[in-house]
Amino acid sequence: MGLLDRMGTIVKSKMSRIMDRMEDPREVLDYSYEKQLELLQNVKRGIAEVATSKKRLELQRARLAQSAEQLEGKAREALSAGREDLARQALERKVSLQNQIEILDSQIAELDREEQKLIGVETRLSTKIETLRARKEAIKAQYSAAEAQVKVTESVTGISEELADVGLAIQRAEEKTEGMKARAAALDDLLEKGALEDYTGGDALERELSKVRTSGAVEAELARLRGEMK
Amino acid sequence: MIIRILGEGQYRAPDTILEDLNAIDNRIVELVEKGDREGFRNELLRMVSLIRERCEPLDATEITESDLILPPPDLTFEEARGIFRGQGLIED
Repeated sequence: MGLLDRMGTIVKSKMSRIMDRMEDPREVLDYSYEKQLELLQNVKRGIAEVATSKKRLELQRARLAQSAEQLEGKAREALSAGREDLARQALERKVSLQNQIEILDSQIAELDREEQKLIGVETRLSTKIETLRARKEAIKAQYSAAEAQVKVTESVTGISEELADVGLAIQRAEEKTEGMKARAAALDDLLEKGALEDYTGGDALERELSKVRTSGAVEAELARLRGEMK
Repeated sequence: MIIRILGEGQYRAPDTILEDLNAIDNRIVELVEKGDREGFRNELLRMVSLIRERCEPLDATEITESDLILPPPDLTFEEARGIFRGQGLIED
């Protein structure tokens, strides 16, 4: 059995779970309408959630980019003081930050795709809701005429399929956002503890650099004093 | 025939497309079995773009059941493997 058959089975089992709850297709119509409204709220929430996660990653990215820039400045400073070893150290840290930034970039892009997809789902679902709202009473009225029952059943299965699809889309988006959130939280933790930003200050590199700066200043003072004593 | 791409909506497709879809579907089964991630991804995208290129999107006001359901285009290899093991697309 291929992927297509299996997809059909998955969706059909979701649909039948919706339809089995009701004895009369007319009840399914009302239930589906309510359910669609509920799903629309979920989709809207999902979009907001994805947007928030994206924003958070963008902020983290900005922080890391700023640190990388500062490290570049320090490398320059170390080089002009003739300390290639320190410059190398700063650049190593900058490269590791840049790797983090690249990972963030791809996550931001993925969330962006997810957002676009959900916006598409929202538009489609809104149209379906509008259609169902306008037609549901008419379809229900037709049901009492035996010959129209097949048509009603068709509409009901069509709606259930849509519900199953939207339901799946929301759940998958949620799972993805959850994963991203966990990673963002871990990164926040690191930033909080200074594990990433310490790269730019307060650590051994900064101490060394400040030694270079002080010794430069000390040398200059010495030279000035020597000059005065001559 | 009516085809749904999960998460994207429905399309009206010529019946002749079925043969091409089945051929890709068979390859996907093999690729997942072999553990060929990249091959799987390529075939899945080929399957989806076949529909996007050769079929008419169904008007969103139409309410009808699909004859065939395609997985979402971003289906991961792991998800596909789970589906073949009968695990569904996501946990219930």
